[in-house]
Amino acid sequence: MSEKKICVRNVSKVFGPHPERALKLLADGADKEEILEKTGQAVGLADTSFDVYEGEILVIMGLSGSGKSTLIRCLNLLNRPTAGSITIDGEELTTAGQDQLLRIRQSKFGMVFQHFALFPHRTVQQNAAYGLEIQHMEAAVRAEKARDALKLVGLEGWEDSYPRQLSGGMQQRVGLARALAVDPDILLMDEAFSALDPLIRRDMQHELISLQARMQKTIVFITHDLDEALKIGDRIILMKDGRIVQIGTPEDILENPSNRYVEKFVEDVDKSKVLTIASIMGRAKVVAYPKDGPRTALHKMRDEGISSIFVVDRDYTFRGLLTADRAAEAVEHHRKPIDEFYERDIQAVKPDDPVNTLFPIMAETAKPVPVVDEDGKLQGVVVRGNLLAGLAEGGSNR
Amino acid sequence: MNLSIPAFPLEDIIEAVIAFLTDNFAFITKGVSDVLETGINLLQDGLEFLPPWLVILVLVFLAWRLADRRVAIMTLFGLLLIWNLRLWNATIDTLILVIFSTGIAIIIGIPLGITAALSPGFNRIVMPILDFMQTMPAFVYLIPAIPFFGLGPVSAIFSTVIFAMPPSIRLTCFGIQQVPGDLVEAADAFGSTRKQKLFKLQLPLATPTIMAGVNQTIMLSLSMVVIAAMIGAKGLGGEVWKAIQRLQPGKGFVAGIGVVIVAMILDRITQKIGRGNSCE
Ligand SMILES: Nc1ncnc2c1ncn2[C@@H]1O[C@H](COP(=O)(O)OP(=O)(O)O)[C@@H](O)[C@H]1O
Ligand SMILES: [Mg+2]
Repeated sequence: MSEKKICVRNVSKVFGPHPERALKLLADGADKEEILEKTGQAVGLADTSFDVYEGEILVIMGLSGSGKSTLIRCLNLLNRPTAGSITIDGEELTTAGQDQLLRIRQSKFGMVFQHFALFPHRTVQQNAAYGLEIQHMEAAVRAEKARDALKLVGLEGWEDSYPRQLSGGMQQRVGLARALAVDPDILLMDEAFSALDPLIRRDMQHELISLQARMQKTIVFITHDLDEALKIGDRIILMKDGRIVQIGTPEDILENPSNRYVEKFVEDVDKSKVLTIASIMGRAKVVAYPKDGPRTALHKMRDEGISSIFVVDRDYTFRGLLTADRAAEAVEHHRKPIDEFYERDIQAVKPDDPVNTLFPIMAETAKPVPVVDEDGKLQGVVVRGNLLAGLAEGGSNR
Repeated sequence: MNLSIPAFPLEDIIEAVIAFLTDNFAFITKGVSDVLETGINLLQDGLEFLPPWLVILVLVFLAWRLADRRVAIMTLFGLLLIWNLRLWNATIDTLILVIFSTGIAIIIGIPLGITAALSPGFNRIVMPILDFMQTMPAFVYLIPAIPFFGLGPVSAIFSTVIFAMPPSIRLTCFGIQQVPGDLVEAADAFGSTRKQKLFKLQLPLATPTIMAGVNQTIMLSLSMVVIAAMIGAKGLGGEVWKAIQRLQPGKGFVAGIGVVIVAMILDRITQKIGRGNSCE
């Protein structure tokens, strides 16, 4: 793992004028509800500790009210922790003076908000330039940097519009550009995509991942959506009632949910989002026909760069699979149609089958698996690559 | 029925305080008053010396630039009517008093409103005082003005400022407080100082509300300036006052119409400025 960028140690946040008693109860292991009852104070965070590593996307996930926003807002001291320590690049935040705090916010952080929080009286360009303006950067330089940031998020040509003239997705791009323009080390994103509709949301997720590949920021990303967490996160923190319940990679979380709460989260995903084969299969780009000669079949394979080809009738009724080896053999023996050379007992799957029917088949063979419908017609193909990509995507055709 | 408990000597106390203040400070306020009065008189005389059509043209042009063509046309006909009704000099006197009073009220009121919005402690102190200032009958302010500033326009301006300032304070405060919290937070997240937040975010977004306050202040100034004729302010109020004393209803109404015209012109212009500055 790379360098630790942010260290959070035993941070608690109690909302209310007299947190001492609540803190004491917390230390004794009382939970949020109990403390609210006894002291009237709301616990936002209870004794949380974790690290953020340089260059990673750390996703914080949990139900609404679990303390995600409180946590991310503690990182730049929009919320002042009631107890505990936060260091950024070794610099302690909780004891920082006002000037130091402003400097850290200006130089280290960019923040993106759920409801965009764009400044309505400023143009897109002026919004993007806000952080730089705060730092008293020269007008010409900041205009250029803001324009670069807008270009990065695909908003070229919208500089002089006002936020309310833009769609939600575009507004959030402005929000992202505003954060990126200051070239921060750390991006804080609080449910940044939650207010967007699903298609736009997926675009933004992809864009964030590709931006991250280029820019290597450290990103703390909040979501209440496991799907999004799995797609974006290098590591995931799961929160409940102000406490961290599990920290781990997406695989850890899926495979070893640490308790019932996490399990339920994961189950929800499985139940609501059963992937069907149709959602991950690819198109069979070329096929061979039983009357084709072996040279034709080989040629088709070579053109597509594949080592085997499905054989179908003219009406796409599935027949079997011809491998390049067998085709070469046929050429050698000067046999004309490939009829006798292709394999006929190929295991096919149906488009509506769940993806996990593929696992045992894929474990047996490296060959492509045909997807064939009720009428025996070839619908598509699954190779290992489709399966993995499909799982990672959560099924893009869903 | 007679109360056996003696009256609390509130009257005496207030008079003692005012007497103390006049004894010790009136020479200063009188001095200020003299200078101001000279200035105001000069300005009034100067404007009245100019041909009315020239002043009308300038005012119409201003109305056109600050507001729009409709307001400019209204200004033109309104002022022509005033000229025709022989109210020109009285109107100029009134306008100048209103401009002075409003100017002072805004210069004091807006910073107070900003402070009240940003400091909860100050807010708790100021709001009850504003309630007091607004509900106290306007005439009462005229009485203490005289020992400090003497009869004349400065006393009128003083009591007008006190009477007309509260909406500027209140609406400035309200305008800043209603800037959405998540925007303020966004500004904070980027490391804005208090001053940067104020000038780059809060004031621009509060401008329409602040202008609504300024508009109210102007309207209140105008109504108070008329009342202030009782302590020797000239102008349209003076005409009304004279008409009351001589029981001349026609003359009274004509002067009243002059006040209405001035009010409409000032109201439309400031409303337009408020909307023009709102977030585009
Ligand atoms: N300013 C506040 N004052 C009082 N309680 C708060 C405040 N902000 C958050 N809380 C409480 O802290 C808890 C966590 O809230 P939050 O961090 O916003 O959750 P999430 O972002 O996960 O939905 C909630 O119970 C909420 O009521
Ligand atoms: Mg939240």
